[in-house]
Amino acid sequence: MNARADSAADDIILRAEKITKIYPGTTALDNVDFNVYRGKVNVLVGENGAGKSTLMKIIAGVEHPTAGRLLLEGEEIEVRSPREAERLGIGIIYQELNLFPNLNVAENIFMAHEKTLGGVVIKHSEQEQHALDLLKRLEHPINPRTLVQHLRIGQQQVVEIAKALALDMRILIMDEPTSALSDSEVQVLFRVIEELKAAGVSIIYISHKLEELMQIGDYITVLRDGHKVAEAPMSGVTLPWIIERMVGRDTAAAYRPPRHAFGDEILRVENVTLPKPGGGYLLDGVTFSLRAGEILGIYGLMGAGRTELFECLMGLHPHAGGVVWLGNSKLDGLIDRRIKQGLILIPEDRQREGLVPELSVTDNMLLASLRRFFNGLFLSAQAQRASVSQMIEELAIKVSDPQNPISSLSGGNQQKVVVAKSLLTEPKVLLMDEPTRGIDVGAKEEIFEIARRLAAQGLGIIFVSTELNEIMAIADRIIVMSKGRITQVFDRAEATQEALVQASAIGHGLGNGKDVNNDG
Amino acid sequence: MAEANVTSPTRTDKAAVLRGRFTLRGLLLQLRAFIALILLFTFFALISEPFLRSTNQVILAKQVAINAILAIGMTFVILTGGIDLSVGAVVGLTGMIAGGLIHRGLVLEPLNAVVYFNVWIVSLIAILVGMLVGLVNGILITRFNVAPFIATLGTLYIARGLSLLSNQGATFPNLIGRPELGNTGFEQLGAGGFRIAGLDIPYSIFIMIGLALLAIFITTKTPFGRQIYAIGGNKRAAELSGVRVKTVTMITYIISGFCAAVVGLIVTSQLVAAHPSTGETWELSAIAAVVLGGTSLAGGRGTIIGTIVGAFVIGVLRNGMILQGLSSFWQMVITGFVIILAVIIDQAQQRLQERSR
Repeated sequence: MNARADSAADDIILRAEKITKIYPGTTALDNVDFNVYRGKVNVLVGENGAGKSTLMKIIAGVEHPTAGRLLLEGEEIEVRSPREAERLGIGIIYQELNLFPNLNVAENIFMAHEKTLGGVVIKHSEQEQHALDLLKRLEHPINPRTLVQHLRIGQQQVVEIAKALALDMRILIMDEPTSALSDSEVQVLFRVIEELKAAGVSIIYISHKLEELMQIGDYITVLRDGHKVAEAPMSGVTLPWIIERMVGRDTAAAYRPPRHAFGDEILRVENVTLPKPGGGYLLDGVTFSLRAGEILGIYGLMGAGRTELFECLMGLHPHAGGVVWLGNSKLDGLIDRRIKQGLILIPEDRQREGLVPELSVTDNMLLASLRRFFNGLFLSAQAQRASVSQMIEELAIKVSDPQNPISSLSGGNQQKVVVAKSLLTEPKVLLMDEPTRGIDVGAKEEIFEIARRLAAQGLGIIFVSTELNEIMAIADRIIVMSKGRITQVFDRAEATQEALVQASAIGHGLGNGKDVNNDG
Repeated sequence: MAEANVTSPTRTDKAAVLRGRFTLRGLLLQLRAFIALILLFTFFALISEPFLRSTNQVILAKQVAINAILAIGMTFVILTGGIDLSVGAVVGLTGMIAGGLIHRGLVLEPLNAVVYFNVWIVSLIAILVGMLVGLVNGILITRFNVAPFIATLGTLYIARGLSLLSNQGATFPNLIGRPELGNTGFEQLGAGGFRIAGLDIPYSIFIMIGLALLAIFITTKTPFGRQIYAIGGNKRAAELSGVRVKTVTMITYIISGFCAAVVGLIVTSQLVAAHPSTGETWELSAIAAVVLGGTSLAGGRGTIIGTIVGAFVIGVLRNGMILQGLSSFWQMVITGFVIILAVIIDQAQQRLQERSR
């Protein structure tokens, strides 16, 4: 190496040069340069489809660039597989959870990197101990022998992070590591990131939560439509600056719900109770009501019972107690009956519960409403096409051909397809469980816009989110839950972030003080 | 949730965290098939006097061994989410190869010579052929992306066809070899055994036990074994974690082929003759044993012990019904019901476990 190299170049551990990635039909990355500074948190932002994940997959060896090269410590490298990336010291925490539900936590963490005696026998107890240490470092001492399928999605994300930490990488890519974490868990992750930085690990950090990026990042690179539009040290950067570069327009003003008159009470939930196996309650006497045209926000930490509440409303827990009224009729039956009666859920986990990845955009969209298109003999192709194209237009879904596989769409557009699917069932009440998880600012705003428009048309909407500012921006009324109970109800005029956080921590004992301190 | 598992870092608590709350339930889940086996066993012991006789028990175990060895190999494949329909045909093919090599030797036409091997080498060749079929299955599935069902259905036909071709559909009889050719002793594998507590226990039972212990070790203690479960649980995640998915998958089919070849040798030796149609539909009994043992056909869930218990359930049922003089037609009907019942109970158990998380 040159003895007198440029000092700035010295700080760069990994450099992606003029990376171009062309998929059939689209150019995901066009001549993108990206620098990873040594021992820093290198933030990468951009809207959905901007090419962030593609760029990371190229660095991690999952995808191969059409053109361009990667330089590690100034030397050109070729990363043909995730294994090879790992050998080079590049690790990645994927956006979509990549875990084995049928294996336990420790086995997940050490998969393909087992601790063995002579490469033959797995030392299970040592793995479990090490796994527990890692999880404790993340302040989540989950039993390492628990099967991952028994963990909540937030805990799974913690396991995914632990899995990456177990490898001792010099470059660690975190693609949306916090999408399923609560605020206090995010703070724990940030402490771990600081530790990693101190140990000389370079971090590439992708997130849609811009405040988070401002807090943790050292350098920021902005991508838009497959192009790099800016790179800057984080110190000189403001939130509006980032948003402007990401979206190409100023969006700060859009966070204001329009007011319209609410209709009659459309949904009434009385004393819904879900016992926890082994004692206690997942939901404990939850009672509230929703009016037509109203957007009701539900906020709570992990384990507050938000998802369980939705599952109960949809009839997924037949043994749950309580009564749910939709209009004047009592809801009964399981999920299909409830959909027919006018209740529909947009599930939290888009990939696993919202979509069928093998099917096309059209087929996914029509999945819940096929009955409508059945004319007694067969499905009417014409009516289907008409509905699909109407939805694509209404929700501004970016897809060149509705017959394309759903997996070819970006996260935000996939989510819009899920929304379209629910709307085609002609619901009266829409339950949205973390609908903005893992999608970018622009798409988020569009989802908000859609929700507001639907509410104005008289739909009742319940909106669950772990992001305070989202709840604050969208909800007309906010219910805060903690440990299966409603702890407080706020009108949007009186709600403050601090008050919400405080209400969400009721009953959390020692964790209380910590949660109140970080209010995003 | 998380708080249920939070612990202060004292030593006893740590042990408790590691032990977890799933072991008891896991144990019961394991034992369920075993309890069914005990009930079945007790039932036949009560209604049928000859059932408990030691000679009958040895016959029973000998019959079970054949199916169990096939099912062990099948378990590896099914755990990855695959299926191996070719094992029955491989039993036939490897038997015919062993029979042919002993009966008429390896004919080298251009040299006008015939080579006879001793029985160890004959066995080795048969086993290598079985593994070769497994390798072909593995290559078709991992390199050419042929669905496992189709790939192994194809090799089923090919292997069966080849074993029929090998002697124009006829049997290789009387495989005791000739002393002057140095290829005697093949019948020992099937006829011989160890004498324990005044009982002659055939080798096949020990082979089953040995292979089962080895398979248990591999599936629970080795990286390869856990990676099989990983592939069955989430193939994509396995790839991204750095598991060599194609290689591991391929090896499971080779293991299955190996097990089928071992069975081919045992059966041929027991009969002292090789029939080209030996092993027809045996793949189905093997799959039945695997499923009865609680292994999910979708992959990722199941155990070797379960498979062995499953094979014994089928074996005890069959043996008991024969002793009762039940017609073989009724045996089939009842076996079918038992398989379906087992899977229904298994599903109910899964749901129960899901709910109580």
